[in-house]
Amino acid sequence: MNFYAIKAIYNFEMARTWRTLAESIATPVVSTSLYFVVFGSAIGSRITDIEGITYAAFIVPGLVMLSILNESVNNASFGVYMPKFTGTIYEVLTAPVSYIEILCGYVGAAATKSLVLSALILITASFFVPLEIQHPFLMVLFLILTAVSFSLFGFIIGVWADSWAKLQIIPMLVITPLIFLGGSFYSIHMLPDIWQKISLFNPVVYLISGFRWSFYEQSDVSLWVSLMMISAFLTICILLARWMIKTGYHLRS
Amino acid sequence: MSPILSIKNLNKTFAGGFQALKNVNLDIHKGEIFALLGPNGAGKTTLIGCVTGLVNLTSGHITVDGHDIYKDYRKTRKLIGLVPQELAVEMFEPVLGTVNFSRGLFGMAPHPAHVESVLKKLSLWEKRKNSMLTLSGGMKRRVMIAKALSHEPQVLFLDEPTAGVDVELRRDMWKQIRELKSLGVTIILTTHYIEEAEEMADRVGVINKGEIILTETKQDLMQKFGKKELLLDLENSLDSIPEKLSHWDLKLKSEGRRLSYIYDAAKEEYSIARLLSDIASSGLNYKDIHVYQSKLEDIFIELVKDK
Repeated sequence: MNFYAIKAIYNFEMARTWRTLAESIATPVVSTSLYFVVFGSAIGSRITDIEGITYAAFIVPGLVMLSILNESVNNASFGVYMPKFTGTIYEVLTAPVSYIEILCGYVGAAATKSLVLSALILITASFFVPLEIQHPFLMVLFLILTAVSFSLFGFIIGVWADSWAKLQIIPMLVITPLIFLGGSFYSIHMLPDIWQKISLFNPVVYLISGFRWSFYEQSDVSLWVSLMMISAFLTICILLARWMIKTGYHLRS
Repeated sequence: MSPILSIKNLNKTFAGGFQALKNVNLDIHKGEIFALLGPNGAGKTTLIGCVTGLVNLTSGHITVDGHDIYKDYRKTRKLIGLVPQELAVEMFEPVLGTVNFSRGLFGMAPHPAHVESVLKKLSLWEKRKNSMLTLSGGMKRRVMIAKALSHEPQVLFLDEPTAGVDVELRRDMWKQIRELKSLGVTIILTTHYIEEAEEMADRVGVINKGEIILTETKQDLMQKFGKKELLLDLENSLDSIPEKLSHWDLKLKSEGRRLSYIYDAAKEEYSIARLLSDIASSGLNYKDIHVYQSKLEDIFIELVKDK
């Protein structure tokens, strides 16, 4: 294992975050606060409790997932697309590194940023609603699995994209709708039957549901199904990223 | 002695069907400076890309220090340093940070003394805290070299290392390349400046349309293909070559005021003495004599044109 390479890539990616530390912290704190003001206080005060949980508290897991999914995909895709765009990727491609080391470096850094961001959002949320986490270890496990698998997904998008437009299209046209329709702000049980069934094809439903269970022991689908789905998604992403690096898809000519 | 780099039957055809390399066979010896010459689009950068891992081979076999570049990629890539043609740098990174990054990427433990020495040799030490954005083009080129040297490679590829740099910096780089050679580093450089190859290279390879046309030591190349031209400035201009000199392949130049004779010094060892004797006996008087030796550039142009 080339640990020095993992460290080099990881530190390099993290350095980008440190350079823009204020923006990195301010953005999630401000946007989360806005969600709570609008959905938690203004609109949320007129919505009845959902399965015994106040609406403001109900949306906390969804808001964390909303940010972690977006940030994981954006950070990882940008992290690999930028060196492709500037040409500096040549160094990684000519270095004695395996696909595992490349992924550990890029995906590890993107996932770390997302996890720090999740912590910030949870801290911000605690100022607006009394937070209770029934299963903190399970919550952390869900966070890590989600951050890693969606950072991997972002890495795949970054390798696949050959223009800035393509880099944006998947997060905007696929990820964001899936998150909003995945039960971030509602329980899928609140939907008509047909839409409940359709929602089960949305992988984000399983993430949010499992994550919410770790907070309130209430979920739209079984906890084990959630864990299985996220593990399956993680495995698919690893295999796809491995194939891309090994064959040099959109990396080598 | 086994070569440090061996390329056998290498072919590369790109997705669009363009064949960039055609059955390339090349051996590079340890410690030499090898200059790869060729016109634009000849396949120089593709060849380097195949060895360094940037380009997938269509067919063929490449070994570095006896190790296969695919099976033993960790070993071979550790031995190779690459300075690509394009100035690809992380604009917001400081010089020291980007050089340390390269060393780590190649699996080397931090070695501040080595990095300091590399930066000092390349006159970059004073700029180590500057971001890449603030450096001139020439300085960025030096940083690219520093990055390649940071992990102590045994084989260094320099793809047009002095493209776009001023004369002073170019000569500075030549000096550094010679120093690397003295340390035992094998250097393979591609260049458009034939003068550079003439100045630096032990051996020269010419590639055109994806094929290696020849590989020769510089001396052999000059001897085999090099020509000399003897020019005599005549006292009186001539309309035609005198009858007595008709058995010599002479030409009149400068409106009959110059007599030209192109010869191969290696093959025609005593011809000049005989020619001068014949000219003297023909009654022609001359004021001055010039001898021009053809340069590598002339040889290169002739070789590429012939193909």
